[in-house]
Amino acid sequence: MITNIFKKYRFLLLRRVSQLGILALYFSANAYGFKVLTGTLSSSLLFSTVPLSDPFAVMQMFAAGAVLGADALIGALIVFIFYATVGGRAFCSWVCPINMVTDLANWLRRVLLLDKVERKVWLGRSVRYKVLILSLILSAITGVAAFEIVSPISMLHRGIVFGMGMGGAAVLSIFLFDLFAVKNGWCGHICPLGAFYSLSSKVSILRVKHNQPNCTLCMKCKDVCPEKQILSLIGKESGDVSSGECTNCGRCIEVCDDDALSFGIRNYINKNG
Amino acid sequence: MAQSVGLSVLGGMVWTGYIEEAKSAPLILRPPGAKSEPDFLRMCIKCGQCAEACPYDTLRMAKPGDNKPMGTPFFIPRDVPCYMCTDIPCVPVCPTGALDEDSVSVVTEGEKVLDINRSKMGIAVVDEESCIAFWGIQCDACHRACPLMDEAIVLEFKRNERTGKHAFLIPKVMGDVCTGCGLCERACVTEKAAIFVLPHEVAQGKVGDRYIKGWDANDEKRLNDVSTDVTTQTKRSELAPQDYLNSEEVLFDN
Repeated sequence: MITNIFKKYRFLLLRRVSQLGILALYFSANAYGFKVLTGTLSSSLLFSTVPLSDPFAVMQMFAAGAVLGADALIGALIVFIFYATVGGRAFCSWVCPINMVTDLANWLRRVLLLDKVERKVWLGRSVRYKVLILSLILSAITGVAAFEIVSPISMLHRGIVFGMGMGGAAVLSIFLFDLFAVKNGWCGHICPLGAFYSLSSKVSILRVKHNQPNCTLCMKCKDVCPEKQILSLIGKESGDVSSGECTNCGRCIEVCDDDALSFGIRNYINKNG
Repeated sequence: MAQSVGLSVLGGMVWTGYIEEAKSAPLILRPPGAKSEPDFLRMCIKCGQCAEACPYDTLRMAKPGDNKPMGTPFFIPRDVPCYMCTDIPCVPVCPTGALDEDSVSVVTEGEKVLDINRSKMGIAVVDEESCIAFWGIQCDACHRACPLMDEAIVLEFKRNERTGKHAFLIPKVMGDVCTGCGLCERACVTEKAAIFVLPHEVAQGKVGDRYIKGWDANDEKRLNDVSTDVTTQTKRSELAPQDYLNSEEVLFDN
């Protein structure tokens, strides 16, 4: 029974452990001097040696006209290469603290049956790419990293590490927006950081794989997926979920009762395999 | 298409308006070695590693509601001043160079050594009205708190004509030495500090090219790059001076 529940939520539990663990490491570095991961998600130092930086923040700063130090550049490169080649958009579902907020809103939507209420879809999934372009243009115009100064991700994350201030209001706005306005509104429609990782990790190798013969078309995976449009192959053909918009959260895999979905390595070499 | 372009422009304008408002915090004091404010805002990645490195919790990260550029480090000297660590832990950890190690280092015998006394976080300013030393009450709290005592804050002695037998011991800030650490502001005994640190851009004027110290040969050098093609054209300039100076009509015309 217990093992069954664990199996049904294995990736969800692992993700929460990952998200909370990362937050705990950042927090304890500041509060207790436990220096495994110092700094914040914008830029940090792992084990006091390996620099890690947010590649999208660095990109905005370039657009703003900054000449940056080597640590920030190397750090951004390390993070960029990791997600681009291996992790895919895993930042969004395994690291980002806002994911817990929007997941809660999404879960409440399902519990309160808000999803069943029909409403006009008024926000396209491509809006985030426009926000991405806009944040680069505005960085160039204003001379500051435009998204970084309004980012609710950093507000929440920095809030937990250094103190919240009025940042809770921004986080609550996102929660309410996702709950009452648009399903997966922030993460799936607006967030330019998600858009950045969607574009930059199109070719990463860690992928969700579909085994079509096992599929019973129950559509539980589509119910739970925060980026439904990427699961267009369900019940039609076997293969990889190849869209960069997949966050590798693994929810579809755990809800599938028919063993039709699994994590796997994208096969670039043998197209028939 | 037209709709999405229009909405993007609209969103962009609102967003720009917010950014311009958010980044104007002229009274903010930055960590040692910080670049000039516009460059600092460009380069700071808001990671907080300087604040974590600070052993005195002097540096804070601006939160929503602080009315300061979000996520950037600053300090409020009256709460916690900069204690001028000689190893300056906050500066070398900066990953982007927004805190510039070179600006707080000196090169001695080919080796770069950190020197916190070179930092320029701000400049201390004295309000003569509320400083009790200007009343004739003996207080040199700021002078004694200053890590560069007798260099950054010097005491000026003046005769107190009111009593006829006492002296004023007046604190005077030497602007070129003061680092802006704020230890004086922290130490000040008045209810609201009578000596306080302001950013250089706020506290300092600028002479410009019109005035030089004629007695100082070095100061003349400022005139080397001055462009000389500044001329003011008025109705009078059409005539030679001896013409218009002898003509009441032109002289009193305007």
